[in-house]
Amino acid sequence: MPESLLAVLDALPYLLEGSFITLVVVLGAMGFGFCLAVPLAVAQVYGPRWLRPLVALYVWFFRGIPLLVFLFLFYFGLCTALDINLSAFTVAVVVLGLISAAYQSQIFRGAIMSLPEGQLKAARALGMSDAKAILFIILPQALRLSIPGWSNEYSIILKDSAVTYALGVAEIMARTHFVATRTYQHMPLYAAAGAIFLVLTWLGIRGLRYLEEKVRIPGYSHHEF
Amino acid sequence: MEEPILKVEGIKKRYGKKEILRGTSLSIRRGELKILIGPSGAGKSTLLQCINFLVRPDAGRVWLEGKEIHHAQGRELHHYRQQVGMIFQDFNLFDHLTALRNVEIALVKVRRMSRNEAHDRAMAELERVGLGDHVQKYPAQLSGGQKQRVSIARALAMDPKVMLLDEPTSALDPELIGEVLAVIRDLGELGMTMLMATHQIAFAQALANEIVFMEDGLIVEAGPPEKIFGCAENERTREFCSKVMELYTDNR
Amino acid sequence: MEEWLYIQNEAAPALFRGFWVSVQLIIPSATLGLLLGILVGILRVFGNRAVSAAANLYVTLFRGIPLIVQLFVWYFGLPYWNIYLTPFTAAILGFSLCSAAYHSEYIRGALLSIKRGQMLAAHSLGFTRTQTIFSVILPQAMRRALPGCGNEIIYLIKYSSLAYMITCIELTGEGKILASDSFKFTEVFLLVGACYLVMTTLATLLLQALEARLRLPGFEHRSF
Repeated sequence: MPESLLAVLDALPYLLEGSFITLVVVLGAMGFGFCLAVPLAVAQVYGPRWLRPLVALYVWFFRGIPLLVFLFLFYFGLCTALDINLSAFTVAVVVLGLISAAYQSQIFRGAIMSLPEGQLKAARALGMSDAKAILFIILPQALRLSIPGWSNEYSIILKDSAVTYALGVAEIMARTHFVATRTYQHMPLYAAAGAIFLVLTWLGIRGLRYLEEKVRIPGYSHHEF
Repeated sequence: MEEPILKVEGIKKRYGKKEILRGTSLSIRRGELKILIGPSGAGKSTLLQCINFLVRPDAGRVWLEGKEIHHAQGRELHHYRQQVGMIFQDFNLFDHLTALRNVEIALVKVRRMSRNEAHDRAMAELERVGLGDHVQKYPAQLSGGQKQRVSIARALAMDPKVMLLDEPTSALDPELIGEVLAVIRDLGELGMTMLMATHQIAFAQALANEIVFMEDGLIVEAGPPEKIFGCAENERTREFCSKVMELYTDNR
Repeated sequence: MEEWLYIQNEAAPALFRGFWVSVQLIIPSATLGLLLGILVGILRVFGNRAVSAAANLYVTLFRGIPLIVQLFVWYFGLPYWNIYLTPFTAAILGFSLCSAAYHSEYIRGALLSIKRGQMLAAHSLGFTRTQTIFSVILPQAMRRALPGCGNEIIYLIKYSSLAYMITCIELTGEGKILASDSFKFTEVFLLVGACYLVMTTLATLLLQALEARLRLPGFEHRSF
């Protein structure tokens, strides 16, 4: 067997462990981002007038600066300045989550705004408070419509998670580079890492498509927005 | 004379420069079926939506059973809206819920009924509008006429004291109009108080207690159908009525 | 006062130097990426089966693999085959190739959205296939692809920070060095962030102006 293949096979278990960490980072960030993004989107569409520009400001800020800069800012800067001791892993999840919240909020916002106005009106006409109408009528529909956008967001965060290597998070990329510098089998190992990312992307998109099918409303064609 | 169940006075609404309602007042007594007619853009729909504050009037007062709705917000507003059923032109069924859940949801979330109680009530209402066999279907799987009947069942389940119907048949294919009108007619016979905007002149003529003709945000004339369709006082009323009667006979 | 002096005397010159390197990375990469993206998009739609399959494979790979892995391949990987690139060249190569894959997605969608009648009309006037693509289809498609491609360029501005990871010292790299020397991480990275915000905001405004400028009456920029 050629040396390159051997090196890849040797490293494979180590890299797969890394993909577990990658997935935890990605899912953690998406979950955290989701929890932030839903209130952000609701605030931007239904919130008081003074709140809407603040949400827009949040989105502008977190979409306008590179991930790497945020990672450095939070890990080396804010954590030290505020004297909080967070692991690189935690910072990675938080930063990816904060950025993802900005993007996800815009996915949800688009979905909410694509719903016919009558849905909210009908809920109000039945005596629902706006909070109930949003929770029981608007969000269940908007979140369904958001799944394709989510699938896109997943593949972006998955790839972005490789940047957390810069803080030393032991995900796929960090492990690949670590092995490569020892074995000098850079090309085969990077190819392996690339393949792992492709598989993870494919799996995630598959999973979300399954979810979309699972929660699809019968007879309802999901229009683009 | 009996006190009106619902009374509105001096409702005004403007969008930018355009005045949609210019101080409209009307009242409706228990068990009455009052029908609003008038050209599109007359403000019928805005008036109905102002009555339960889905559109916020710029001015005007509203009474339900003699009690004025002072602060149309928060608890008081939600409580008031529960007592005023609303039927929309384009149904506005909740697209992510089955027919049954559409009727149940407000019972459970707003009236805090138990799931079982709500289920039984919703089933009864859906059977009443002739949809007992379609309760598990989603809105997208129902015809327009069925959707409108679900939305009527949804409103009825809240035990409204009065129903507002905003052109309930105008989004329907002609062959589906009859089934919805039949449901509304039955409701009227059971004594439901209704204020309905419609272009269904024959229905109005046969069943309304009073016809209200609106134009340019004002009520021009009101009276029993014989009078409005037979010998209206106002020139504009006569003109409109003769036009729609002509249309109506043509369609036959 | 001390802060201000630090910014004026040390931070500003270094960050400006880095900013300039970033600009030198972004402009050629954006240009090359867009041109290559247009080419790949055309090949995917109008190429024969083999060509469009190859183009699709390229796009799948370059969109599916993280940019940072791609950069490492060009910089640390190619020496495996005795090809040595400077960090700067490797960065531009990596950015252009990755960006092109994304651009081609938008271009492809836009090309497919142009009505078939346009092609038939041009053929009936005696245009060749290539002439039709370049003088009839593409000018329309580019207008539809512009919002997506514009977004991709904004992404590129942000991802240019990854050049630092392959030792090409641009804005982020200068920031890192500066901060490590002075331990003023928060201040320095906020400044660096502000520079990127200026770049992304400016680019957004420019692209919006361009879109408005190229808008044709009645030709809708519908999404697809």
